[in-house]
Amino acid sequence: MKTVFEFTKGMTREESIYCPGCTHGIAHRLIMEVLDEMDLLGETIGISPVGCSILAHRYMSVDMCEAAHGRAPAIATGIKRVHPDCTLFTYQGDGDLASIGTGEIIHAAHRGEKFTTFFVNNAIYGMTGGQMAPTTLVGQKTTTTQEGRSELLCGKPLRMAEMIATIEGAVFVERVSLDSPSSIFKAKKVFRKAIEIQQKKLGFGFIEILSTCPTNWGLSPIDSMEWLRTHMIPYFPLGNFRKPGDREMACGQEMGAK
Amino acid sequence: MNEKVLMKGNEAFAEAAIRYDCKYYFGYPITPQNEIPEYMSRELSKADGVFVQAESELAAVNMAYGASAAGGRVMISSSSPGFALMQEGMSFLCSVEAPCVIINVSRGGPGIGTILPGQADYYQATRGGGNGDYHLIVLAPASIQESITLIGKAFELSDQYRNPVLILVDGMIGQMMEPVILPDYHSGKQIDKPWALTGTKGIRPPNTIKSVYLKAEELEAWNWHLLEKYRKIIDCEVSYETRNLEDAEIVFVAYGTTSRIIREAMEILEADHIRSGLIRPISLWPYPYQSFDEMSSSTKAVLVVELSQGQMIDDVKIGVNGRFPVSYVGRFGGTVISPEEVASEAKRILGVV
Ligand SMILES: Cc1ncc(C[n+]2csc(CCOP(=O)(O)OP(=O)(O)O)c2C)c(N)n1
Repeated sequence: MKTVFEFTKGMTREESIYCPGCTHGIAHRLIMEVLDEMDLLGETIGISPVGCSILAHRYMSVDMCEAAHGRAPAIATGIKRVHPDCTLFTYQGDGDLASIGTGEIIHAAHRGEKFTTFFVNNAIYGMTGGQMAPTTLVGQKTTTTQEGRSELLCGKPLRMAEMIATIEGAVFVERVSLDSPSSIFKAKKVFRKAIEIQQKKLGFGFIEILSTCPTNWGLSPIDSMEWLRTHMIPYFPLGNFRKPGDREMACGQEMGAK
Repeated sequence: MNEKVLMKGNEAFAEAAIRYDCKYYFGYPITPQNEIPEYMSRELSKADGVFVQAESELAAVNMAYGASAAGGRVMISSSSPGFALMQEGMSFLCSVEAPCVIINVSRGGPGIGTILPGQADYYQATRGGGNGDYHLIVLAPASIQESITLIGKAFELSDQYRNPVLILVDGMIGQMMEPVILPDYHSGKQIDKPWALTGTKGIRPPNTIKSVYLKAEELEAWNWHLLEKYRKIIDCEVSYETRNLEDAEIVFVAYGTTSRIIREAMEILEADHIRSGLIRPISLWPYPYQSFDEMSSSTKAVLVVELSQGQMIDDVKIGVNGRFPVSYVGRFGGTVISPEEVASEAKRILGVV
């Protein structure tokens, strides 16, 4: 009989603590599938953040460590110095990366660190119970913006992919979404591309993943997907913001080896 | 044996670290320790190591954690305000048992304070500025030569106990020059680190380095593990030096730079036929409480001398345990107490005019 679906080697059999409809699980699985397909699981080191995905190392079957809130890019910088040839990623939420850890992410990009950051933007602080994130949309209700986020008091949400793309050391920057099967397939291709670029040691890679948080948004999983499409994508446009040219890709290996 | 060379403290610390096989250094500029990152930026790559100038001390300590988690031998350094910023990392390094050597070339505070020497980071070093029950091993050298020796020891202890080790010196020792004998290259003892993140290579289950324990019982069990380690360190790693305790009328207690000032004060008192002694803690944590049991019945008073408002005096009182009156004299904010000031305070306490 032909196998049409298999458990990914990169994921453990541990039951996850994620809420129903949460997209962290999809993001985990896509990363692990890509690493498995590229035969990189044994060479990979990952860093889990402070946030709902703090236990990512329980689900991902690769060497991993935890980071203090927001510090994963600095930790990755240290790891990459010891193992320059490993495949290395940080996995971070929007509170972790776009608020408390802005310094670390900006400077990892600035140095052109040769690792990949998977940035899960669910427009809210999930783990602590639904407070405003820097990515919370204007008018969006959270437990610390109960009348909706006010532009006057809090400004407009940060567009991290666009910001990171202004930094020379960030060679690959793209925003994807997990709102439908087709966007999930697209996202997986982008993940693979990012890991290929890391292998060529061209510079820093950053993927922003638009995600849902049904529990803290107060919506059903299906309505959450719709809300992501109708509210998040218009403000956080999908697409590539920066990628190496064909020539750089071709000579990447040589440059990286220097 | 290597020849004697004249070296500035900070440069000698960096060179010693290289010779004890430190391969990774992460730093952010702050006076009075800038010569350490500068020296490392120039010399570490020649020894196959890597220097990174971090964007902040917060980043530096986390880079150190990453390199340590990956199995590397790591050192970081800073001075008081920068070390304050590293406290989140100190708690984290202890929590995950990541080896690391840290040098705090301390200066006067609080706040930005001054670039001049101070010893006002004692509480922060020995009580901890980070959250939770944790301890750094803290070593306090009094000369550049002793700093070199203790840096070597720090790397060993750090690997052996899987715990960060802090070298607490002040700007005086960092900035002065002294003749020193350096160790040979490759003097560092190495041990296997099977727990390190290297990638599984498909031949072992994944290694995980974690700090979070969602169940109270699990976290308590982890705390017990740490406590047992701390108790072992207390049993095995106390170090101190004493002088003239047998017949001292007054016993000084001081560490680092201040202990050198005391030696001159002791000579002044000796000329006046006053017998004085010294207890010099070398390990500030674990603290040499037992050294106070060596004091004799001829002693009338204990005088703690610090370049702070009086922080170590708390530990001295614990060690003395009510057996002798304990008092303090010190200068702070970047000023340094003179041997004459110390001697006259000793005379005042003893009622000798
Ligand atoms: C220094 C520090 N500050 C605050 C917290 C509390 N905290 C835990 S998770 C979190 C926010 C997580 O939100 P996000 O990064 O968006 O990830 P999500 O949970 O939504 O996946 C905060 C503020 C902490 N653990 N440490």
